[in-house]
Amino acid sequence: MQECRIAAVDLACRRGERVLFSGLSFQLGPGEALQITGPNGVGKSSLLRILCGLLRPLAGSVEHEGEIGLIDESHALDMALPLGKALAFWQRIDGPADDRLARLGLADLLDIPVGYLSTGQKKRAALARLIGQNAPVWLLDEPLNGLDAQGAELVQELAEEHCRAGGVCVIASHQPLAMQGLRSLALAEFEQ
Amino acid sequence: MSARLWTILRRDLARLVLGGRSGALLPVLFFLAVAMLYPFAVGPDAPMLAKTGGGVIWVAALLAAILPLDRLIEPDIEAGFFDQWTLRGISEEAVIAVRVLAHWLSFGPPLMLATIPAAALLGIDAYALRTIELGLLAGTPGLAALGVIIACMTSGLRGGAALAGLLVIPLAVPLLIFGAGSLASNASGSGENGLALAAACSLVLIAIAPFAGGAAIRAAREG
Repeated sequence: MQECRIAAVDLACRRGERVLFSGLSFQLGPGEALQITGPNGVGKSSLLRILCGLLRPLAGSVEHEGEIGLIDESHALDMALPLGKALAFWQRIDGPADDRLARLGLADLLDIPVGYLSTGQKKRAALARLIGQNAPVWLLDEPLNGLDAQGAELVQELAEEHCRAGGVCVIASHQPLAMQGLRSLALAEFEQ
Repeated sequence: MSARLWTILRRDLARLVLGGRSGALLPVLFFLAVAMLYPFAVGPDAPMLAKTGGGVIWVAALLAAILPLDRLIEPDIEAGFFDQWTLRGISEEAVIAVRVLAHWLSFGPPLMLATIPAAALLGIDAYALRTIELGLLAGTPGLAALGVIIACMTSGLRGGAALAGLLVIPLAVPLLIFGAGSLASNASGSGENGLALAAACSLVLIAIAPFAGGAAIRAAREG
């Protein structure tokens, strides 16, 4: 895996008239994972969008090396297409996918239009897209939402493997995670 | 990079041209329906139909180009496609430039083809038909660029689709005046001026579209 790291320096975020958090800093190097915890509305999703550059912070800056892969509530797959074709679009963009796809339990669903898939199945499909991207930095926004117990375990396994292979992983989730070596950052401490 | 854009263009075309209910067929049928209804509405006055038919074709083309606006950009923002492309270093500007091309291909050439039966319905002669086709060739790329700009700017707004249609119409007036104007002035031999001005409007809109659209999409993320 290529050299990667992500660092937040004194970040502050504003949504509307409210400053959600400020003075937030952390640094993650290869193989490190961080869980952002906190109640709904504390700014976990906004923080992840700032980290991947889709949202401008009110103050502070983000430094990162290596491409970023993001999972959030939108799955970025064509609803009208069969799952196989919808994923094939991202494979043509990202390059051929590896064998980890099979573990996501999507093999039987490839002919079914994405629109007919359940929330959990769409989440698995989004994970397949993320794996295929081969990005060294993973940002996962509530990755367990909609997944069953086995799926939730699988996400954590995949994230652990990703870190063992030298990747960086930031997970925003209000649910407890059982990953090895997972650091935790309570966003509420930086609340205004 | 260009291979990725080619992949995106192929997806756009599959969605916009062949997209079944939401494909290129609906604007073409709408366009032909206008050409068919117009003689019924004004009566069987052949010289009048031939004289005004060109203008009707232009108005119908403009309105047909508005039909696909609501599914041009909004669904891809909603589903997170633009976010994922940005993360992969594919700029919004490049995606929008590709989208303008795909949008034009989805309605420009089909409308130019449909103009032939429409001209027959309206009793337009071959010389005027040629001027109309050249005018559409010069003007529809500008309509496509304008449509994409407006679709980007209204994405994420409630009732954005209706608003997009209303915004496109006044901004498309110059294209309509020059494009359809090439017909009126053709008798005096100065139709080329109208064509050249329509083409110039198109070039300006095409040049602006990627940057205006890209900025609009980035601004929508902050909202």
